[in-house]
Amino acid sequence: MSAAVKYLRSLLMLELLAGLALTLKHFFKPNITVQFPEEQTPMSNRFRGLHALRRYANGEERCIACKLCEAVCPALAITIDSEERDDGTRRATRYDIDLSKCIYCGFCEEVCPVDSIVMTRHINYHAEERSELLFDKAKLLAHGDALE
Amino acid sequence: MDSLINAALSVWQLIPVALQTVLVILAQIFAIIIPLMLSVAYYTYAERKVIGRMQVRVGPNRVGPFGLLQPIADGVKLFFKEIVVPVKANPILFYLAPVMTIAPAMAAWAVVPFQEGVVVADINLGLLYVLAITSMGVYGVIVAGWASNSRYAFLGAMRSAAQIISYEIAMGFALISVLLAAGSINLTEIVLAQQGSALHWFALPLLPIFVIYFISAVAETNRAPFDVAEGESEIVAGFHVEYSGMTFAVFFLAEYANMILICTLTSLMFLGGWLSPFEGIPVLEGLFDWVPGFIWLFGKILLIAFLFLWFRATFPRYRYDQIMRLGWKVFIPITIVWLVLVGAAVVAELPWWFD
Repeated sequence: MSAAVKYLRSLLMLELLAGLALTLKHFFKPNITVQFPEEQTPMSNRFRGLHALRRYANGEERCIACKLCEAVCPALAITIDSEERDDGTRRATRYDIDLSKCIYCGFCEEVCPVDSIVMTRHINYHAEERSELLFDKAKLLAHGDALE
Repeated sequence: MDSLINAALSVWQLIPVALQTVLVILAQIFAIIIPLMLSVAYYTYAERKVIGRMQVRVGPNRVGPFGLLQPIADGVKLFFKEIVVPVKANPILFYLAPVMTIAPAMAAWAVVPFQEGVVVADINLGLLYVLAITSMGVYGVIVAGWASNSRYAFLGAMRSAAQIISYEIAMGFALISVLLAAGSINLTEIVLAQQGSALHWFALPLLPIFVIYFISAVAETNRAPFDVAEGESEIVAGFHVEYSGMTFAVFFLAEYANMILICTLTSLMFLGGWLSPFEGIPVLEGLFDWVPGFIWLFGKILLIAFLFLWFRATFPRYRYDQIMRLGWKVFIPITIVWLVLVGAAVVAELPWWFD
């Protein structure tokens, strides 16, 4: 391109006009914003959200404190203490998940032999202090009960 | 009803003449400032909405229906925020700077005609007054940058000063072309010189001047893509880094008031001001005869105002030396050449525009 043509092209601001045309085109496009509280983004069926502990239909909690989840957890987010109950079964006296450590890999759900710990599709939760992110057994069971 | 008007009139006549004049002037000031401040508030809202749309977002939509109360909420927020004066700042100049910025932005409106005869001060040197008053705005920016005693603010002020002075020249030459074409420097007469039809508007014979004037105006108001005085990514917020609360709000108001003023001047000088765009077209002219002139003026202002927002959403910021090159090596030569051409056309009484 000769210098004269280049000069004329820049003088006529052709590139700038092309840029303006592009933004004007976007101006009339439907927007892609998802209005969060009213709308939700689409979610996979296998989405891994907040954990829950499940119960059997008769109300007995499923967890047998086998500690497989504790062992498999790559982030060391799960802590379990167990004890023998009066009827001779082994139960968890403590089942804590530290959500500030959890990486939501879903290995605990996969490894659980009794389908006790599951990951729900619930994602809208928050905490104002770190201590609120430490979910204990009661909280996890309550979340499971709420969804069951 | 009649007795009420008569009573009001008799009360009015009781007021001494000197006080009457003051009251009339005050009323005129409020009649311009209040709608202007409202337009500024909703211009910021429009800006956020338009830029949002251009980025395929929605913009503010939470405060009130469609987010219409957003500018009010912003104003209230700024009003109640603390004004922090830096320890090493010069407090007098620090407080004076926002005033020096907003006063010219408002004072310039005195000579703007909204319709034939609807103008606060119909002075002969309207255009010169506007040029003189708007140039004063740069002092506010410089004083703000200096009084803040901050390096960022000072850099912003220096950049802004150099840029505004450079573009003032191109703008001045553009205005000279306009007054040459109109044969007058009074804004009302400039508009009346464009009478006839939309083809008579100065935007057509002065097309390059129109474009240059508008681009210089964008540079004058420190708007994107010439907003090096603010340059968020380089010098934080430029000349107003140290300002908070209401002092910051005043700078903000001044910037937007200046933009609206520039939009109005562009409409008056190049787009026929309050003249109907259907003038001279057989059927349409009669059809739109009932529309008052200021509606057309507002329409034209809105059109130009949209351009400001469109530019901001489109162009990245100019590099500083490129701004200087554009002003000195491109705009000033073109305006001088076109000035000579316009002069020749006026002398030759070129038909259609200058006869």
